[in-house]
Amino acid sequence: MTNEQPHGKNILEIVKHVVEVHGKTREELIPILQDINKEYGYIPSQGLEEVARLLQIPKSQVFSVATFYHMLNVKEMGRHIILFCESAPCHVVGGREVWRRLKQELKIDAGETTPDKKWSLVTVSCLGVCGVGPVIVIDEDLYGNVTPEMIPDILARYN
Amino acid sequence: MKIYRSMVLISSDPKSMLYGAEEVFQRFQQEIEAKGLQDEVQVSMVGDLGRHEVHPVVIVYPEAVLYGPVKPENVPLIVEEHLYKGRVVPELQLSPQELSGRIAWLTARKGTLPAEQRIVLERAGVIDPTNIEDYILHDGYAALGKVLTSMKPEDVIAEVQKSGLKGRGGAGFPTGLKWSFVAKAPGGKKYVICNADESEPGTFKDRVILEGDPHAILEAMAIAGYAVGADEGYIYVRGEYALAQERLNVAIAQAKEYGFLGKNIFGTDFHFEIHIHSGAGAYICGEETALIESIEGKRGEPRARPPYPTTHGLWGKPTLVNNVETLANIPPILRNGAEWYRKFGTPSSPGTKVYTILGNVNNTGLIEVPMGITLREVIAIYARGMKNGRTFKLAQTGGSSGSVIPASLQDTPMDFDSYNKAGVSLGSGALLICDEDTCVVDLAKVLVNFFRKESCGKCTPCRIGTYRAYQILQRISEGQGVLKDLDELLSLSDNLVNLSNCGLGQTAATPIKDILKYFRAEVEAHIRLGVCPTGVCTMVPEKSPQEA
Repeated sequence: MTNEQPHGKNILEIVKHVVEVHGKTREELIPILQDINKEYGYIPSQGLEEVARLLQIPKSQVFSVATFYHMLNVKEMGRHIILFCESAPCHVVGGREVWRRLKQELKIDAGETTPDKKWSLVTVSCLGVCGVGPVIVIDEDLYGNVTPEMIPDILARYN
Repeated sequence: MKIYRSMVLISSDPKSMLYGAEEVFQRFQQEIEAKGLQDEVQVSMVGDLGRHEVHPVVIVYPEAVLYGPVKPENVPLIVEEHLYKGRVVPELQLSPQELSGRIAWLTARKGTLPAEQRIVLERAGVIDPTNIEDYILHDGYAALGKVLTSMKPEDVIAEVQKSGLKGRGGAGFPTGLKWSFVAKAPGGKKYVICNADESEPGTFKDRVILEGDPHAILEAMAIAGYAVGADEGYIYVRGEYALAQERLNVAIAQAKEYGFLGKNIFGTDFHFEIHIHSGAGAYICGEETALIESIEGKRGEPRARPPYPTTHGLWGKPTLVNNVETLANIPPILRNGAEWYRKFGTPSSPGTKVYTILGNVNNTGLIEVPMGITLREVIAIYARGMKNGRTFKLAQTGGSSGSVIPASLQDTPMDFDSYNKAGVSLGSGALLICDEDTCVVDLAKVLVNFFRKESCGKCTPCRIGTYRAYQILQRISEGQGVLKDLDELLSLSDNLVNLSNCGLGQTAATPIKDILKYFRAEVEAHIRLGVCPTGVCTMVPEKSPQEA
């Protein structure tokens, strides 16, 4: 998945389709939001409102659920999302240096997007691949045993 | 730490000392030096080996051969035969009848690391996880068939209780007891939930089970459903585990096709359905009531307890919530019986434990070993020693909510009771092994930062407490700390433990308490001397990337 905005895709149509697949029940709210997030890259406020309308749930509750879970975004993200694992197992085997280099290369801090909308830098908790730490994930590509020197090469693979 | 070819461990509990463990130790050293083996063989006195009928006991690794009782005059023979020529000395071995408790790893199977004992990981990586027939060929669904056709629900619960299985999610609650609570709870509709929201940093054992042996979890859940009277189950899988979700979906479809799930399983009147629910990235959803809220489509905020899920769970109905590893133990227990299961591990913590070994060691990865093995053994045998010959300083168990274990506790057997007694926790099975270059302030900062970010924000002690604790630790690591900060950290810790609503806040302070208990001097050096003894902390405020 690159995180490119799907041109021509209408958020209202996506919501309608996803809600049809899952059914209009409260139990399905999180799976519905996940699918919208996957299809559109993030969940714009128009999408949240439409979900609330179709499921007959207060908008505030849809918003509160969408902002609770890390894997759901309510803000537009960069074309590529870098997930950096900041948990202890990656940290003690050199994650700290990798993090400094990443910030230096991209000139942004955690949770920020570069002005050209190319990169979003997100810190995450353990990704469950601690055996090869430090670990970063770009879009859906996983890089293990990362060293600071590898960062420029890795970033250059994306445009 | 050097890498040795063999390791000799001598028990040194008070009774062993009384029976001459010290002399045995000295004799081993003399004999080994006389043979010129001192660079190849390490000899250690290791505290209580958990064997109280024979004194002293000697274990030789990597073969895991037990000798006992060993007298100083036996030592030359062991060194000459076993360590020098590589032949076991049968006349000095402990008799097999006496091999109880943690020593059952002698039945190590081929292809695993020395002395591993695989029960829950038995099939992972051996069978094709997308092929139900492969699972059936490897004893799959045999336990479910046995249970449904020849056992009453109460017999199943009694067998699980007899096995002594304790929950492997971290808290160590007796599984059979939990089952009996749900079975006794009034109400017609009940649920079984498999907690696969594995998010403890450094833990990936559940992922390996789900990806490698998904049918084992389905079989266990159906057995649990039969025992407690539930006809519906949910597997709450962490959102990040896409492959595990895919494999489970395939497995459920196959199990339905073969009649192991659905209506009238094995021709009985027992029905059972399983649904998969994906998480969306929230550590707190590993807490069982938060997990239930999340399945119901809400924010994953823990409920007040009691009432417990065993009586008021999913949609207010009695619900059994078990961890993946716990469930994976169920089919083997019912297939082979509780007696068989109790042969592994220690009497109070039977069975095996899956650990993930991480950090500054030569060999990282997953092992399954009997309960009661020690950290020293894990590092020397499975992790193949510390990286670059450095010294072991501390281990952090069970992800972020585990304890910081100093090197002085490395001979404590790793089982629930022994660790409780030592005031530390086994946690979820991650072993982050750190060398002398690790700064405890920096480590605590990372751990507390994790809780700060993952706190759901519902209750104030946790939301504010973790934030304040992080700020203070950061200040100390930037050279701005004052001694009063340490008192404040301790009082924040007390508030977190005593006032938080759920396990997240209650355990968030563990790393702080542990570093102040075992490494206070190092923390104080940051404040009193203005230096980080390991050179890790910057000791000046860090700049943002724009300023740098």
